[in-house]
Amino acid sequence: MINVKRRTLLTRTAGLATAAFFGQQSAFASVDEVTAAIDAFTKGVTPDSGVITLTTPEIAENGNSVPIAVSVDSPMTEDDHVVSVMLLAEDNPNPEIATFHFTPHSGQASASTRMRLAQTQNVVAVAKMSSGAFHSASNNIKVTIGGCGG
Amino acid sequence: MASKPRIKVPKKAAVGDIITIKSLISHKMESGQRKDKEGNVIPRKIINAFSCEFNGKPVFSCDLDPAISANPYFEFKALVSEAGTFKFSWTDDDGEVIEATKDIAVA
Amino acid sequence: MRGNNGCVVGICGAVLVLVSSGAWSGPVDERLVIDDEIEMTTRTQSADGHPLPEVISGWHFRTESTRALEADSFQNPGMLEVEQGEQLWNTVEGSVGKSCASCHDDAAQSMVNVGARYPKWDEITGKPINVELRINRCRVDNMGAEAYPFDKGGQKPLTAYIKHQSLGEPVKVNLAEGDMQQWWDKGQELYYSRTGQLNLSCASCHEKNNGKYIRADHLSQGNVNGFPTYRLKQGKLISLHNRFRGCIRDTRAEFPAAFSDDLMALEVYTTWRSEGLSVETPAVRQ
Repeated sequence: MINVKRRTLLTRTAGLATAAFFGQQSAFASVDEVTAAIDAFTKGVTPDSGVITLTTPEIAENGNSVPIAVSVDSPMTEDDHVVSVMLLAEDNPNPEIATFHFTPHSGQASASTRMRLAQTQNVVAVAKMSSGAFHSASNNIKVTIGGCGG
Repeated sequence: MASKPRIKVPKKAAVGDIITIKSLISHKMESGQRKDKEGNVIPRKIINAFSCEFNGKPVFSCDLDPAISANPYFEFKALVSEAGTFKFSWTDDDGEVIEATKDIAVA
Repeated sequence: MRGNNGCVVGICGAVLVLVSSGAWSGPVDERLVIDDEIEMTTRTQSADGHPLPEVISGWHFRTESTRALEADSFQNPGMLEVEQGEQLWNTVEGSVGKSCASCHDDAAQSMVNVGARYPKWDEITGKPINVELRINRCRVDNMGAEAYPFDKGGQKPLTAYIKHQSLGEPVKVNLAEGDMQQWWDKGQELYYSRTGQLNLSCASCHEKNNGKYIRADHLSQGNVNGFPTYRLKQGKLISLHNRFRGCIRDTRAEFPAAFSDDLMALEVYTTWRSEGLSVETPAVRQ
């Protein structure tokens, strides 16, 4: 598995700006939904980059089952821990993938699962810290199309 | 015949260890996005929540959306503070809750 | 490295574009060790008369994350159905009041290396028999239960459970039994017969072009040592005859019935082509 270079939310917001500028909302069908989901999660706070390691394959040979692992640097104490991490897929029919919830009993804010991706796209992770801060990271995953059968 | 959930927890750990827990459950995770041969939308039916508690204290939980793959898999960490029992539960859209437990001893 | 853009003789234009647009990247040079314990033979020198110099498991043609899924028997979702097969093995069914275990006891003992040796010659029908049909024979004759219809009931989980008891054992088919050689001949003929609107044979993709891409799909040698296999596309176990039918359908041809003489002959022949590879059931593929 390759830890694809981390991207900040800037990439996504730049995409949004471009789409708005060129009037290409159709190509970013769920950008508004992604933004709304992040805003609801962060209560409008803009997430910082850093502290999240998001691990996904560079290429997924089937979009029905793509591994995703997220790990957030944190001491995981009562006073300073990761509360939850929301995962979003920018170009799925619905952007929500899952939200992980951690506690100091987790020891580490680290979890993985397998997700469905409808097409090549960015996946975004947003972490909520007990301090009220938010962080985000994003990876691009290329989803390939099968052989003769599709 | 449904299969039982698969759970991997070390049998033993030292106090203060951070262990890795893995879980896998058989479920189609019908997304609500698919259509049948007649063109009717197949209704959504997924596991929408998963949780793990240790001796009654929450360790890890997850809200699942239809973008989670069939046969949901989770891998996460737990801090071992004492001997005890991990309790796992998966909640289906139809209200069914599947539960399982695993014990851990301290070395 | 860019691919060989050379012509695939006889393939129609549309498909030629598909095959030639891919790059050759070949099988990966990795070793499959399941749970860091069971060393699998995924590459082996082929037997005399085999058309390929080396027999290579489809595992080598998959991406890193798909390969990793098979290497961890806990994460391998096909194991859920194998466990379901174990429950079925111990479940009494039919008028006689027996389960598989009533006669065969613990499959972990009695079924070791059994699945690796199918298909076998069957004197009763005068045809080859595979694991699925052998299960049905037992259900009808010894349990007083109904035969499983193709891919239904417990057929896939039970077949996978039985074959899984041979995990790591080499595939071997005995052509000296009965008329197996004639069925092999018939299977070979089918393997090289072009069919469908796309005019493809099994060999067009899996012999002449394995290692290349058909669109974004990395073509394997089409070996059968991992069936029933967990396919990410369907999110469940897929039987060998289902895969045969799917492949033939994709050439846009009429496809034969499961367990028909044609597909049984193809099973005999493709199993022979896969000889020497470890049984990987349940393998994980795209």
